[in-house]
Amino acid sequence: MSEITAEQVAHLAYLARIDLSPLEITNLTHDLGQIVDSIAKVSEVATADTPATSHPMPLTNVFREDVVVPSLTVEQALSGAPDRAGDKFRVPAILDEE
Amino acid sequence: MARAELMDFDEALELFEPVLGFEVHVELNTKTKMFCGCANEFGSGANTNTCPTCLGLPGGLPQVNKKAIESSIRLGLALGCEIAEHSRFARKNYFYPDTAKNFQTSQYDDPICHDGSITIELESGRLVTVEIERAHMEDDAGKLTHMGGATGRIQGADYSLVDYNRGGVPLVEIVTQMIEGAEHDAPEIGKTYVAAIREIAKALGVSNARMEEGNVRCDANVSLRVRGSNVLGTRTETKNVNSLRSVERAVRYEIQRQAAVLHAGGTITQETRHWHEDTGMTSAGRPKSDADDYRYFPEPDLLPMAPSREWVDELRLTLPEAPAARRKRLQAVWGFVNLEFQDVVNSDLLDAVEATVAAGASAQAARKWWTGEIARLANAAGVVADSLVTPVQLAALIELVEAGTLTDRLARQVLEGVIAGEGTPAEVVDSRGLAVVSDDGALIAAIDAALLGQPDVLAKIRDGKVQAAGAVIGAVMKAMRGQADAARVRELVLERAATIE
Repeated sequence: MSEITAEQVAHLAYLARIDLSPLEITNLTHDLGQIVDSIAKVSEVATADTPATSHPMPLTNVFREDVVVPSLTVEQALSGAPDRAGDKFRVPAILDEE
Repeated sequence: MARAELMDFDEALELFEPVLGFEVHVELNTKTKMFCGCANEFGSGANTNTCPTCLGLPGGLPQVNKKAIESSIRLGLALGCEIAEHSRFARKNYFYPDTAKNFQTSQYDDPICHDGSITIELESGRLVTVEIERAHMEDDAGKLTHMGGATGRIQGADYSLVDYNRGGVPLVEIVTQMIEGAEHDAPEIGKTYVAAIREIAKALGVSNARMEEGNVRCDANVSLRVRGSNVLGTRTETKNVNSLRSVERAVRYEIQRQAAVLHAGGTITQETRHWHEDTGMTSAGRPKSDADDYRYFPEPDLLPMAPSREWVDELRLTLPEAPAARRKRLQAVWGFVNLEFQDVVNSDLLDAVEATVAAGASAQAARKWWTGEIARLANAAGVVADSLVTPVQLAALIELVEAGTLTDRLARQVLEGVIAGEGTPAEVVDSRGLAVVSDDGALIAAIDAALLGQPDVLAKIRDGKVQAAGAVIGAVMKAMRGQADAARVRELVLERAATIE
């Protein structure tokens, strides 16, 4: 069985800023455990000479030339912003008062 | 901000051994950003260089800038690094408003460059080899401006503003191994190391390398180990150290601050600290604990890189001479004493002097003009010296002086004309009618011969013993068969004595 604990799920939820109820944490702990166990089966067939894969496509070195293309206008860039001040995005205070 | 207790630097070094580490971010000067075609330029209007990819909008898809990879490999090679045969990007996940995507595209376990070293030379002549653990690629964050509150700092701000023009600009982060044995040189090692990285990046042309514009930024890690112990102390990471002088001051400050805390029986918290240029102090940032939980994973939107060995060898051939080696070579060729050479280096005039010599001038004359009259005029005008005249123009001017067509005084007037855009030195001489009258030409040749024929007299005149000039004046009058004005000869003897090589 996997070693995923409810504490780990709660911690991850905090890091990802996702508000989970106790019931959701219980369910996710179970689900994530199953997922980890299933994926662990891969290691049963992958031998030491099988390199770890991070991408399904057998491609490397896909590059773009260093050529400028038009950007969004300032209005377009800011159109989805919840708040703005002039041409800048406006965000709430980052740190609490010390 | 409370003023921390500091221990005297020498006392701190008696009790503790400083251990250092540096992370230097070099911003590349590619035309476009790391993963999109938005322009990479400093000083544009806010949020004018953004697109769905660098704003982290749904549907944005990153594409790797080939030039940025090339620059990173060249920088790695210049730092003596191995270039990975297999490298990939990873997501570093955290929430901060300057990072629109909610992750930074960085590299984790497969950096493009690893295991290098550079050797730096301190003012004492001590050589220190700094081992480079890795140099990896990542994208830069946007720029925050904190509004409201008393200080304009992030602490106490009411809200903040974000400009994402810099978001997504390519960076190379160069990470050193632990530097031990720094001892009293610790602050100077910090400064000299960052200066060396900056110089290399500039020589390669991969970065504008202007620290004042944030092209080169340093995080300084400092910890103290109790003398006689082999247990490392807890380290702090001072961020935002953005000038060479600040690197030196920040390292010194952290050594003195940590020593005072430890000596009083306290403990050092592992944390990021912010450097404040104005007060010369560091203050605590967020503790490292949960901020370090970045959940890196391979970037699924980007394919791995496998730089071919042929490409790497090709790039190796494009590396310029190492700046430190170049300095040694030029000083030897030019025969400058340390003070003269440092003057040129510190004024950032190495290229200018080299080009002037290549255009035919003597090294000493080139140095004297660049660091003297031209630097003075540039300073007064608030511009850099090598923007005023070209090396070719200066070499032509020097030639006119050495041919006796111009005295130093006249040459300065010609220089002004050249700077004012009146043409080449020869053209300015003609249009302003500045040439020494032909009689003076013959006279100067006789004076130069007399001065060089009596080096002991020349030395005395240069020491300020003007009465010694009598011997030279006599010789000149004899050579001119009396057909010269003694007062004019005297004037010219003193002038030539000051400038003749």
